[in-house]
Amino acid sequence: MTRLVPLPIVLPILGAALSIVTGRWRITQRAISIATLTALLAVSTALLAGADDTGFVVHRAGGWPATVGITLVVDRLAGLMLVVSSLVLLAVMVYAIGQAGEESRRVAFHPVYLVLAAGVSAAFVTADLFNLFVAFEMMLAASYVLITLGGRPDQVRSGMTYVVISLVASTLFLTALALLYAATGTVDMADLSRRLVEVPAELRAAFAVLLLVVFGIKAGLFPLFFWLPDSYPTAPGPVTAIFAGLLTKVGVYAIIRTQTLLFDRPPWLGDVLIVVAVLTMTVGVLGAIAQDDMKRILAFHIISQIGYMIFGLGLFTVAGLAGAVFYVVHHIIVKTALFLVSGLVARRAGSSRLSEVGGLVRSAPVIAVLFAVPALSLAGLPPFSGFVAKFALVDAGLEARAWVAVGAGLAVGLLTMFSMTKIWAGAFWGDPEEEPTAAPRPAGRLGAPLWMVVPTAALALASLAVSLGAGPLHDVSRRAGADLLEPSRYVEAVLEGAP
Amino acid sequence: MTVLLALTAAVLFGCGTWLLLQRRLSRIIIGVGLLGHGANLLLIGADDSGGAAPIIGAESGAYADPLPQALALTAIVITFGVTAFLLSLGFRSWQLTRDDRVEDDLEDRLIARADRRENDREERRVEP
Repeated sequence: MTRLVPLPIVLPILGAALSIVTGRWRITQRAISIATLTALLAVSTALLAGADDTGFVVHRAGGWPATVGITLVVDRLAGLMLVVSSLVLLAVMVYAIGQAGEESRRVAFHPVYLVLAAGVSAAFVTADLFNLFVAFEMMLAASYVLITLGGRPDQVRSGMTYVVISLVASTLFLTALALLYAATGTVDMADLSRRLVEVPAELRAAFAVLLLVVFGIKAGLFPLFFWLPDSYPTAPGPVTAIFAGLLTKVGVYAIIRTQTLLFDRPPWLGDVLIVVAVLTMTVGVLGAIAQDDMKRILAFHIISQIGYMIFGLGLFTVAGLAGAVFYVVHHIIVKTALFLVSGLVARRAGSSRLSEVGGLVRSAPVIAVLFAVPALSLAGLPPFSGFVAKFALVDAGLEARAWVAVGAGLAVGLLTMFSMTKIWAGAFWGDPEEEPTAAPRPAGRLGAPLWMVVPTAALALASLAVSLGAGPLHDVSRRAGADLLEPSRYVEAVLEGAP
Repeated sequence: MTVLLALTAAVLFGCGTWLLLQRRLSRIIIGVGLLGHGANLLLIGADDSGGAAPIIGAESGAYADPLPQALALTAIVITFGVTAFLLSLGFRSWQLTRDDRVEDDLEDRLIARADRRENDREERRVEP
């Protein structure tokens, strides 16, 4: 089992290399991508099963002992994230092939996409803070290329904002690493967890806040989210979907990992996290109300949903963390599905602006159904996955007596419902008020090419599966939350046999 | 870490941040570069043992800690690559618009204009 741990990083990198070599043959490139991502999904599932069995699957690269060599760890949280991310990566790849837009026009799409997959996996399995930096850079460098693929003026403009803000975050991360190394003499997360206890409390607080800011920029926390709704929607459809679904959640994962593992969770930190969480939820959902473009409404909702996850973390209870982990899983699937649907709408109606689209429920009923499932789930209506996820968080919040935050969470849920209704009324009912910018492309009974509809439907079904399998999934999340609250388990597993 | 190294890093961070707040991409890129240098300097400064070069086989009493140097090397390579990408992005912007100014978000401008129009309409309604 431990031999499998490097595969989520190695497989996509090898796939990317092969994909560059075979750049001239589109069919081969596609086959390589699909095969790699399918294998990634299989390996991730096996790793999750192994991690849930034994708690931690540890791999020491090259056989070097911990703290000297590179250690890779899959625990329950990392395993869950790997499975969901590879599922989403595969679905979006099929969608991109079905759409035949940038994917077929640019040779670079496949290799860069696989590098992105490798970066995301690496961020989940690494047990070393500097390797986390490298994983983030791998993922971000790939995302810079994907977001500007095509080189249109609006892409260049939003790409600039995105690249510069990410670079600033990376530089801050590097600064934090330098300071941490100066203070403790290690960058291994397990070792850091052990040694940070000896560091003065004020210094530890500074590190906690610095890391929160670094990953807060990547995750889109209040007040560091301004770049997000500006840059995501201009990328090609499938790229936006994968960014919206995965990239910010890698930031959330890093926040959860570092704040639970490295620091001893002082009470003020929980309060800070909950305040930030409530502000993130509220500002995100209010920002969405003013928007007219479907993609931008959804982009603002990413921010608002990030707030829920951080709220679960800020409680620092097993129930809260379990809720946060469950929420991340649900959110990655649902958000990606929604962005894929907005791509379907944009293709079918020629625009994703609500003022230029209308009446899709009659002309493209399949798309309407595909939108309704994840949208209701996002708003948190039973019996969809969002309801289970929100219920877990609200329950944990009530248990911890965080009344205000729970109230805010419920109110934001209502406003999310309002936003989804607005998209429904604008795009699926009524008539367009203005002419769309591009020509509509009606395509058969499905409203879109088959291989665009299939992955979208698969993700919608996956979100239903999350709510149907909520019991076992929540049990795994609960065990993951318990592990997170007992960092000594992680430390012991990683440092076993270390000097 | 020597005071001189710390001061240099501070100046680099200060200048980098100021340049980052400019509107022109060429200045922003220089700012990002300076920030990267500042961070790398901090990494190097994280080791204050100040020994000889850590080469296996060389006879010497105290070796410098090789890890921060390895980290700085990795960080330099990454910063270099990303700066090159940013430069090409700036060039593309220059090709397209003959300008490398970072513009405001289009959608934000649209919403601001719609808001202004709404206000104008209301004023006109009040006037008669």
